[in-house]
Amino acid sequence: MVDKKYLLTSEQMASFAARGFLRFDSLIPDEVNERAMREIDAGVPAAAAGTPLSQCYAAPSTLGEILRSPEIEGIIYSLVGPDPLFDHQAVHVREPNEDSAQHMHGDSIIDLRMHFDIQLMYFPHDVPIEMGGTLLIPGSQYRRINEMDIARYQNIVGQISMVCKAGTILVLHHGIWHCGRQNKSDKRRYMFKVRLNPAVRQLRLWNTDDLDETVNKPTPIFSKETPKEGVQAILSKREPWFEEGAARLEIINRIKFWRFLTGDDNFDVHYWMTRLENMPENRVSSGFGFRAG
Amino acid sequence: MPNLRQKILVLYLADSALDSKVIAWTIYDGTGKENHTTGDSDTPPYATGMDALKAGWRVIQFPQLIPPYPGAEFSTSFNKHEFIFEQLEEAHG
Repeated sequence: MVDKKYLLTSEQMASFAARGFLRFDSLIPDEVNERAMREIDAGVPAAAAGTPLSQCYAAPSTLGEILRSPEIEGIIYSLVGPDPLFDHQAVHVREPNEDSAQHMHGDSIIDLRMHFDIQLMYFPHDVPIEMGGTLLIPGSQYRRINEMDIARYQNIVGQISMVCKAGTILVLHHGIWHCGRQNKSDKRRYMFKVRLNPAVRQLRLWNTDDLDETVNKPTPIFSKETPKEGVQAILSKREPWFEEGAARLEIINRIKFWRFLTGDDNFDVHYWMTRLENMPENRVSSGFGFRAG
Repeated sequence: MPNLRQKILVLYLADSALDSKVIAWTIYDGTGKENHTTGDSDTPPYATGMDALKAGWRVIQFPQLIPPYPGAEFSTSFNKHEFIFEQLEEAHG
């Protein structure tokens, strides 16, 4: 069992629901990163798809040591639950002095599930700006696209380049748009990725001690009293690349996802769903009809 | 016959109006002078579609306004407002 102190908070989960990723800078110590680089260079054997993670990366394995560290176990448990299934791994290498970047894409194929996989990315060495880094588009996880169909999108306002220190961990929702940026440096760039599938219903797996049940209390909207922080504010914040119309649809996507994560079918943000779900024609009348005098 | 090369600028706008702000962009340069690729800039080349027009780019595609497919009214997918511009440039040599 994972110690509760290593589980994600509700605000971190809300951020994941809104933006589709979580980032943990310099989480893994340098000494471990150096051993991991040697292991990656030597070749990391992969388990069969669908193997429980607990049966992968048997000791002695530095990557196994990282995945079994309490901090990483807490992140994994919060998102996909106990003993998720190993889907696949990849050592992504970008060669020095490349001519171009990888095209923008979503991994695997179009995936309509509310359940979600995570892609845990580990950056074993420093990634300075000239080395490129993985590029990700915050908030893209609910867009229904298929793999490289978005390859023509070169730049999107608000895109994030993973310029980071060694030992940084990035966790992506499986639907996030991303690519490997061009490596303009004279050194190879490495990133180790493992995709994990949930083996349980993804319901309140994180530390919900801070999940304020009053989060669903109706508040004034389009007003100064509209919440500026907390879960409501996180889920209502638009990304700078969202179109005017789609930005509101993305909030609907987030509400549906948060309802799935919490089991609270009445949860709403900014009254968007409540308004749509208000169907008074289905309510039983009180019987006092209007009668013209 | 002039020996022309085409430069293509794709601007994704925040709504269907040409003077709305740029949220994403792509450039293909048929002259070979520039080589653009994914993630090569964080700053849009123009603030709005109109700014590109004023800079001499010719619009060659206005995105159609297509009603949502029944049952998919709340789905999001590709960037909807894709405007395509071109410039023609004389090739030398």
